[in-house]
Amino acid sequence: MTPQSLSLVTLWAATSLYAIAMVAWAIRLSRIADERVQAREAVVAEPATVAAGMTIPAPASGMGAGPVVLTEDDLPRRSAADRALGTARTAMIIGLLLHAVGLVTRGIDSGHVPWSNMYEYTITGSFVAVAVFAIVQARRDVSYLGAGVTGFATIALGIALTTLYSVSTGLQPALQSFWLVIHVSIAIISTGIFIVAFIATVLQLWQHARDEGQREVTGGGITRLRHRVHNAVAGWAEGAKWMAAVPKAMKLEALAFRLNAVGFVLWTFTVMAGAVWAEHAWGRYWGWDPKEVWSFVIWVLYAAYLHARTTQGWRGPRSAWVSVWAFVALIMNFTVVNLFFQGLHTYAGS
Amino acid sequence: MARMKLDNYAVADAPRLGVRGWLRWIWRQVTSMRVALILLLLLALASIPGSILPQYPQDRAAALAFVESNGWWGRLLDATGFLDVFGSAWFTAIYVLLFASLIGCILPRIAVYWRQLRAEVPAVPRRLDRFELQDEAPASEGARDAFDRATAHLRRRGPFGWRVRVEERDARDGRELALSATHESLREAGNLLFHVALVGILIAVGAGSLLTYRAQAIVVEGESFTNAVVDYDTYEAGALFDESWLEPFTLSLDSFDVSFTVTGRAEDFTANVTLTEPGSEPLSTRIQVNRPLQVDGGKIYLQGNGYAPVVTVVDSDGEVAFSGAVPFLPQDAAYTSTGVVKVPDVTSGEQLGFVATLLPTAVDNGTTLVSAHPDLNNPVMLLRGYSGDLGLDSGIPQNVYVLDESQLSPLRDPDDAVWSVALTPGETVDLPDGLGSFTWEQTPRFAAFDLRTDPSLPYLLVAAILALVGLSFSLFAPRRRLWLVAPLADDAHAARSTVVRAAMLAPEHDAGAADEMRRVLDVATGRVRSIEEDE
Repeated sequence: MTPQSLSLVTLWAATSLYAIAMVAWAIRLSRIADERVQAREAVVAEPATVAAGMTIPAPASGMGAGPVVLTEDDLPRRSAADRALGTARTAMIIGLLLHAVGLVTRGIDSGHVPWSNMYEYTITGSFVAVAVFAIVQARRDVSYLGAGVTGFATIALGIALTTLYSVSTGLQPALQSFWLVIHVSIAIISTGIFIVAFIATVLQLWQHARDEGQREVTGGGITRLRHRVHNAVAGWAEGAKWMAAVPKAMKLEALAFRLNAVGFVLWTFTVMAGAVWAEHAWGRYWGWDPKEVWSFVIWVLYAAYLHARTTQGWRGPRSAWVSVWAFVALIMNFTVVNLFFQGLHTYAGS
Repeated sequence: MARMKLDNYAVADAPRLGVRGWLRWIWRQVTSMRVALILLLLLALASIPGSILPQYPQDRAAALAFVESNGWWGRLLDATGFLDVFGSAWFTAIYVLLFASLIGCILPRIAVYWRQLRAEVPAVPRRLDRFELQDEAPASEGARDAFDRATAHLRRRGPFGWRVRVEERDARDGRELALSATHESLREAGNLLFHVALVGILIAVGAGSLLTYRAQAIVVEGESFTNAVVDYDTYEAGALFDESWLEPFTLSLDSFDVSFTVTGRAEDFTANVTLTEPGSEPLSTRIQVNRPLQVDGGKIYLQGNGYAPVVTVVDSDGEVAFSGAVPFLPQDAAYTSTGVVKVPDVTSGEQLGFVATLLPTAVDNGTTLVSAHPDLNNPVMLLRGYSGDLGLDSGIPQNVYVLDESQLSPLRDPDDAVWSVALTPGETVDLPDGLGSFTWEQTPRFAAFDLRTDPSLPYLLVAAILALVGLSFSLFAPRRRLWLVAPLADDAHAARSTVVRAAMLAPEHDAGAADEMRRVLDVATGRVRSIEEDE
């Protein structure tokens, strides 16, 4: 088996495993929501008995309590949530291992680090996103992000393998530099972290909408439209019973902030390393090339988000929206800027 | 920030702000977080057109073409600075205001920080049992010993670590020792450092743009150029750069190596050069795309390359009117290159001009000749000629790569069709009407070198690194408060049963807080004898 075909086979396998993991994470989420609802109903029905034997603490609220809260002693049979968790974790970890094999063999096949074009950037970026989630998950229970992250990775890998795929080639002269290893790898890692943070932010905004409930539709034009959109989202979030297993908005906010903070520092490094490389290769550290413009826009938007968090009147959903826009700019930089804008970074598209 | 009424005059008895009041109000607005935030968002928004519309500094020709082809709409965008976003008045206004806001915010905070560093650590709370993080341990050698050790341990990192205060105070039954320690200043220090470093970056960039120069020289294999303004093809310098600062070194291009794959993808470009600096031996070296050559205070970058066919034009009198290498600009990845030969110095008659396209590997794709590969596998030059006035005497600088056809007419065949020939290297063609001949002698390569010096670069790098360090501290440095309390024993016997109680305040996500409290207790009670041994 050649490295090329091994790479493709393992990446396809990783894609399917992530899809399985996504379904399992989603099942786990809804099962936990079920158990919570049942526990709550039980408390309402028979407060005394349940209180005595109750060892079903809210899993998501137990920060640091470990992913499995219901222990074998308390429940004779493993619950559906646990079975789903086992499947999700196994599928995800094996997927990650195969994904890693796919990246290494791609690197061997092409003779350089596997992040010199869009296809390679996507397969490496999705790996980092899942790895970041797995690392955070190992330290505290964030399984409510699992479906989002593995779903994202499934789609990204699928698009990479079907439409972005390009046969591996040597590096063109402009990329023959060790800065390729530093600048792009850190860019990928920060992108992976921003992806996980973005998923937490989306959940946070849903929780905000759910907490706020239906608004009265007033005003005109855009305000009216905004209220209507909010009501649709809030109605949907109220209807989605799995949201009961997702932590409160403020907890998600704290998680998203910590991830975004790490991502922001790494992004700052990415931009700086890029400037050093540009100075080396093109003879200027900053030239407002489209990629540079968008990297700057992303940096400024995440900086605005960090400021918004501490600004009166901007806490909560408003600052979360700033980080959503920053993430949109990040995705724009990778897609639209690569494919449609002419600039010095055009090799990123091929 | 409280909402302020803008129109004071609407309220009869309201005191008028006056000029100073207004200035103070404006300053307070500019330095408020909310305005800083809005300016940040505006900065991001204002940058976007710079990536969508063609920009003069990046691509002058594209910007001019955009104005040309879009009528009043293009002219409007041009006039309002949208075709030079990053030099436009509104973009400048946003970042100047942003930095004013930043400085106005940072200066008072530095003062506050300075006072805080010198102020006393807040006293120990009366009750420690209300804190979530708590612990206690027996200290057999008494409270004073334990507190001395804890203080030494906490202070070991100097100004970057804990600030400690120990006091004796009355307790319910007798006296007790209370230690209060804070580890919060690093975060704010990092935050301040980050923002100050951003100002440093701005200053370095500004100073750099005044003191820099950037020039491009196109050198054909076997030729050389001297580091002087007259020898450059393009030259730009900052307002404070003095041309006499250019060191008159000479760079000759001995050979230019390229390597393309079978499919025509570039693998390597290497310029083999000889650098001769005044007063030193010639140095043979190489310049590659990611490996610029460092010369006195500046760098020489390899920015481009192509073919520079050597051509000879003989005029109608049989004299050589032009002979030399003419750089052709590559138009695509297969190095389909176009060039212009201007022959002003004809012995008699009208001036001659030629427009040529070089196809390094010519193949017939059915309708026309195209180049299939960047190497010279089957080189063909497609040539058209013009006669008339080249317009070189008007005094207006001309683009050497463009033929001004306004006063030229194309050469024609005897049957009145536009004269056009395809020739191969070494071939000579006669021009129609006995105007002379055109010979393609050889096809050497040329290299385009960028030369640049920017004395601000080291400062910029230092400012950037400081910004990164400051940012990391401002986001990740711990924010902890620690308290220790232990009763003071009356005699040695009672001291043996002393218990030190500890409590700590830290953000919920700070997973290392409990461990650190445990450590401090261990050191204080002698379970870990000293920090140095342990670390």
